[in-house]
This record gives sequence, C-alpha cells and structure tokens, in this order.
Amino acid sequence: MTRILAPVTVFGALIILWYGGAYVLNAPQAAALMDPDQPRNFWAVVQASWSMDRPELPTPDQILSSLYYSIFNYPLASPRNFLLQTAYTAEAAITGLVIGAALGIGLAIGIVHSRVLDRSLMPWVITSQTIPILAIAPMVVVALGNIGCTGLLPKAAIVGYLSFFPIAVGMVKGFRAADSLQLDLMRTYDASGPQVFFKLRWPSAVPFLFPSLKVAVALSVTGAIVAEIPTGAQVGLGARLLAGSYYGQTDMMWGALVLASALALGMIGVVRLGEASVRLSRGGRL
Amino acid sequence: MAESVVLAPPAAAAAAVPDCVIRAEKLNVIFSAADQPVTALADVDLTVARGDFVSLIGPSGCGKTTLLRAIADLAPITAGTLTVNGMTPGAARMARAYGYVFQAPALFPWRNVIRNVTLPLELTGMGKAEREIRAMENLSLLGLRDFGKKFPWQLSGGMQQRVSIARALSFKPELLLMDEPFGALDEITRDNLNLHLHELWARTGLTAVFVTHSIPEAVFLSTKIVVMSARPGRVLRVIDSPLPRRRGLDLRESPDFIAVAHEVRAALREGHSYD
Repeated sequence: MTRILAPVTVFGALIILWYGGAYVLNAPQAAALMDPDQPRNFWAVVQASWSMDRPELPTPDQILSSLYYSIFNYPLASPRNFLLQTAYTAEAAITGLVIGAALGIGLAIGIVHSRVLDRSLMPWVITSQTIPILAIAPMVVVALGNIGCTGLLPKAAIVGYLSFFPIAVGMVKGFRAADSLQLDLMRTYDASGPQVFFKLRWPSAVPFLFPSLKVAVALSVTGAIVAEIPTGAQVGLGARLLAGSYYGQTDMMWGALVLASALALGMIGVVRLGEASVRLSRGGRL
Repeated sequence: MAESVVLAPPAAAAAAVPDCVIRAEKLNVIFSAADQPVTALADVDLTVARGDFVSLIGPSGCGKTTLLRAIADLAPITAGTLTVNGMTPGAARMARAYGYVFQAPALFPWRNVIRNVTLPLELTGMGKAEREIRAMENLSLLGLRDFGKKFPWQLSGGMQQRVSIARALSFKPELLLMDEPFGALDEITRDNLNLHLHELWARTGLTAVFVTHSIPEAVFLSTKIVVMSARPGRVLRVIDSPLPRRRGLDLRESPDFIAVAHEVRAALREGHSYD
C-alpha cells in the first residue's frame, strides 16, 4: 500500500506547490491585467494567474495543453510540432551516447591493460570533466565546422564528450572486478589475452556497465540540449528552450523540459530492459 | 629465473623414472619486497610419484601454497630445479597437465554450474555437445549430477567447492593440485568432502598434491605427508603413511591413524610451528 501511497503523496504535494507557486509569481501581473470592471475577489485573481497568456510560471495543465496542441494540431514534419523537436534532440543524444560508450569502454580497456595508460590517461579523463561544457561546446562546433562537419556530428561529439566519463570510470572498476583467483584460474588454463577479456573481464564488468549507462543517459540528454545552443540549431528541444526564453514563452520552455525528461526516462527504460535481460540470462542475479 | 629452469633434466631423463610426476631439487623461491627480499622457499627437495596423494602441511607462512603455485607455474622460481611430468612447470601448464583447486571456489557467478565446468574446455575450442558430456561425467563423479542448471550462489559452500573440483578435472589431468580447498568449510561438510575426494582419488588413480592446515585431513587423505616450517619455508620431514590405500571415515579412530597423526604433530612441534 505504501508503495503506491508514498509516490502519489509526493506527486500530489508537488502539484499543489506548483499551483501555489504559479499564483505567487503570476498574481501581481495577472491582477494588473484584469478588467477594472470585473469584481476583484481572491478567487478571481487566482483564476487569472492560472490562465495567463504569458505567465512567469505556467501551470501543469497549461504546459500539458500547449504540448497537446503542438503535437496534435501540426503535422509531424512541422517545426511547430514538439515531437519533431524531441526526435532531433534524441538523435543527437543517442548517437552521442553510442560514441561516448564506445570511447569510455575503449579507454577503460586501455587503462586496465596498460600501466602507462593508467598513469597518463586517467588524469586527463578527470580533467576533461572539470571544463564547463558551455565553454567547450562552441569550440567543438567551430573546429568541426572548419573541417566540414556540421549538423548531427558536432552535437553528437559534445554529447560523447560528456557521456564517456561515467562509462570510462565505471568500466575501469568493472574490468578490475575479476578477482586474482579467477585470473590465476585462467592462467592455469593457459587462456589467451582475448579469452581472459571476453570470458572473464567483460562478464565481470557488465554489472558496472548499467549504472554507468544510466548516468550517461542523463548527461547525454543535457548534452544534446546544450549542444543545440552554440550550433545555432533551429530545431530541437534546446532550440525551443532558447526561442521560448527570447519570446517570453514560458509554456514552450516548460514543454521542452517536460519532453527532455520524458526522453531521458525513455532511454533509461531501454537501459533497464537491457539490464533485466542480462539479469535473466544470469539466473536472476547480476 | 629462466636460466634456472634450463637446468631441468630433459624429458628423456625423466622418462627413465616414469613414476616421478613432480621433482623439486634445491628449489628456492624468493619474493622481492619493499624492504628486504622474502625467502618463501629455501632449498626444498620433493618427489611426488605417480598415484601418490601428497599433503603439504605446516603453519601459515611456511611456503606450502607457494610450493603448490610454483608447481603450477603461478609463482616464479628463483633457483633450483622443478619438473612436472619431466617438463618445466611452464611447459606443463601449457600442456594442461594439471587441474588446480583454489582456497575459494572461484566460480564465475554469471555462469551456471555446467557452464562453469565446461569453461576450460570452451577455451580449447571443444564442441558444445562434447564438453557438456564431459562436464556431466565430472559432475557425476562429485555427486552433482542434478545441479548443472543451478547458479553458484544457489549452492552451499561445500557444493561450490565440489563444482570447482569437477572443473579442475575437465582436462582429464593426471595431476590434481589443491590449495586448502576445504579450509573455509565447517567440519561436517569437510569430513564428507574428504571422503568424496578420497574416493575420487582411489577410483581415478590421480596424483594429488594437497595443501592443508588440518592434521586429521592430511593423515586421512595422504600416502605421503610433507611437514614444512616457516621463516624460511622449508621441508622439515616427509612421512610415508603406513595406512592402507582404501580408507573409510572410521579409520580415523584406529591406532595406526592416531600414530601417524602423532608423528605429524611431533614434526610440526620440532619446527617450532606452535610458536
């Protein structure tokens, strides 16, 4: 019972807070815009603050109805359709995540197998994440643009830059999770390097892969949105966010945020599905 | 280290004494440590004949595990000679001459029992059907016929260690090296596994080298007991057991058994192992 009750209570409390916040932020402006002939009781001001055209903070129902309107009243190919925007961002996020995962796993393999790489690469891996992505994103776009790469690739590169980190760190730990007895055992079998990797190190690292991937998914969506800003993208959730802030269209901004989190949730769902299937193939334990 | 290995007698010479599976002469293993080198084994001489069950017993730090690891080519030799089946330990390892059982089962948790036992064969490229037949044979030997589809965490500690013995038998080795395989188990399970192991050895004619801390275990299982002492690790005495080859658990109450156990205990005391 509490399993259902607790999240419902938290969700309900957030919604109430949201409507309260919308009243507090919007009421002064809403009151000023009200028809002077209308009776001004408290309830009228509340209603006005919850139904403004350009509110400071739109209410959840305003956000949902604007999303609904955008999705069902425009064709899929129209830039006014939020699904098209989401698809653009998703494309960059997923491509970048694949690049980041490949890079992260590749680096981890190098770091685990070579002491030199461990000493020389790991500091750079950590330093790379101390540079704000907002500072590095425009440089990536310009540099790649100079060699003729525009469109998806610069965005994916920025996403990859962000998402490789948790995967590299997690997989270094994962590849080292094989204990010394298991490694000795493989030696008694005269196992080759690739055999040790594929039969021992990789399977021991898999439990570390999924948590890393979940962190990387969250970063990849953020990264894709940030990457749309310096690339001057016209389409995408980041572009919508920017446009919304230019024109004071808060419902557009919030709509982009809602879809961005839905996108991340969907991607996390796919990761969990993969995790569940590996768990199943291992007899129910990861 | 490589130079000392060259001193090993060539295979032809070993063939002259075909019954000698392991021969160590003036074997030294020295580990370099931060402050000063540690002599794990000093001038160890040991011969293990075909069909022997040899136990290495002694206090912690006496080098019994190091000796076993040197035989398995898991620890490098500093000086002296060591041959396994007339070959260097390295060549014997590559010829997959032995099966090794560790202190912990070291099973792969993502593989079920069958796939753990077939792992060594998988590495040689043997076909799936054949490896599973061979795995089932070995699991049956250890009384685990019905547990092939279980995962390691679904088994008790004793069963896990039996799986690891079945896995060590995969290459059908003539030599089984065991490093305190039952050290972590309770005494009842341990007695049971000792009986299992004894029957396996008696039935298959394996040669076994067995590291243990337990005097009753060593006496019950062995045809030959090597008593070692620490700092530096060396062989103190080799006791040839007068007990019959076929044994049952009730042997442990017999005067002969108690006499051998007493001899082992006396040898351990002589090496100040109780300090």
